[in-house]
Amino acid sequence: MHIKVENLVYKYMPGTPFEHIAVDDVSFEIKKGEFVGLIGHTGSGKSTLIQHLNGLIKPWSGKIFVDGVDISDKEVKLHELRFKVGIVFQYPEYQLFEETVKKDIMFGPKNMGLSDEEAEERAREAMNLVGLDHSLAEKSPFELSGGQKRRVAIAGVLAMQPEVLILDEPAAGLDPHGRNEILSRIEYMHKEKNMSIVLVSHSMEDIARMAKRVIVMKEGKIAAEGSVHDIFKKGESLKEINLDVPQIKRLTDELRRRGYDLPDDIYTVERAHEEILKLFEMEHHKV
Amino acid sequence: MLKDITIGQYLPGNSVIHRLDPRTKILLIVAFLIVLFTVGNFAGYLALALFLFAVNKIAKVPFKMLVKSLKPLLFFVIFTAVINLFLTRGEPIFKWGIITITKEGVRLTIAMSLRLIFLVIGTSLLTYTTSPIVLTDGIESLFRPLSKIGFPAHEIAMMMTIAIRFIPTIIDETDKIMKAQSARGSDFESGSLIHRAKALIPILVPLFVSAFRRADDLATAMECRCYRGGEGRTKLKAIKMKRIDAGAFLISAAVFAVVIVMNWL
Repeated sequence: MHIKVENLVYKYMPGTPFEHIAVDDVSFEIKKGEFVGLIGHTGSGKSTLIQHLNGLIKPWSGKIFVDGVDISDKEVKLHELRFKVGIVFQYPEYQLFEETVKKDIMFGPKNMGLSDEEAEERAREAMNLVGLDHSLAEKSPFELSGGQKRRVAIAGVLAMQPEVLILDEPAAGLDPHGRNEILSRIEYMHKEKNMSIVLVSHSMEDIARMAKRVIVMKEGKIAAEGSVHDIFKKGESLKEINLDVPQIKRLTDELRRRGYDLPDDIYTVERAHEEILKLFEMEHHKV
Repeated sequence: MLKDITIGQYLPGNSVIHRLDPRTKILLIVAFLIVLFTVGNFAGYLALALFLFAVNKIAKVPFKMLVKSLKPLLFFVIFTAVINLFLTRGEPIFKWGIITITKEGVRLTIAMSLRLIFLVIGTSLLTYTTSPIVLTDGIESLFRPLSKIGFPAHEIAMMMTIAIRFIPTIIDETDKIMKAQSARGSDFESGSLIHRAKALIPILVPLFVSAFRRADDLATAMECRCYRGGEGRTKLKAIKMKRIDAGAFLISAAVFAVVIVMNWL
């Protein structure tokens, strides 16, 4: 599934003294099977932007094409679009409502018109995908821990088997363990299911580790767009919009400045680990 | 849809009406409502309409906002109007099958509709020109004498402040939950009444859960800051009657007196 956004503008409360342009003339594309990172300072319009992609809010002007079809077209059933473009909102655990975990995850598939058996099958698969133990299926979602609730909520979206998955800060407020779990599940879905993923995050580390392409937003506009390297090599311009490079990049930059021969495109701890070990081995051989 | 709610919406400003003591405004609104329900002829309604118009002009509340505040009441006005129009007994002026419209019915319909509309405009003017916090301060101060006989004036004012404070938060939250459930294919707009009522469950359950969570957190936060009720509590911004309040009382009293006297003319 291919999403194309053209000159999108969205205003909050147009025509009142409180008018505010949240998304200002934004154009971009998400290709099939891509992993796109969306970063930006709080209030830069990321969350508003993603809500357009499945028709939850209508643009003030501009167009959105999903697989070449304009979604503002009256013929397009937004209802069906939402099953193909899944959005996991910030703190999605606050949307849980059913008596049992399984029923909650089945909510989406049932809305798609699937039978009970099919919906249950989907719920089982989704629980596997997010790594939830099946013994939890009959528990109340309100009894679970924060990380488990988050996974139930994500499973609730995954059970619709969307072709594009958009996640708004999926790891916010989780402990490091929960964070890693969620993120590696997202990576797994991207690789194994070839799902297109849009990851909205404040964590440069997560974006550097997972995204292939990064879109930077600033005051409703796209400030920069490119590969992880394109974006993070310009550390200074990121600082200007209150963003930063991954911490490990700062460390390796400092090491480079002090004369260590490290490459300038290290953005993840794993890679830094590798490169520094390589450096040690070379020193060792010299001696 | 949720953005249309104007109850408790305050329009910041610096007009004379904005600067009046909240107690003045509350007392005058109460007096206005009493006078409104004693008006017996159309000259009285006209006088009150002019009064509201003048207050509105001074307060510089956009006319659009007043119309907006009337919108939710439209159904109620029409409903009472229809009931009054067809069910009031008296001298018939129109007859068609079982439908009879009487002279008294027409009078009552117009009077009741005007009363409801004036009531909403009057109270909207109060909330548009008084911030909710100041308003509850005023209510607390007015009810304080009653605390001697065990009336929990401070507690009620505090509850109102908190309730008002959380209206925007809850609206925001509802909006978020609705979007999240729509993203999972919930459909609130079509289907039968039962279907639509059922579609509310996925919104109401999370909303209640989060409201209780918020209440709990707020209670803890208040206790952490040693909140222990109204006794001995002082205010950072004490409300004070000023000369403009005396002026407001005098002018309003004159207008209300004229309206009441007109009843006998």
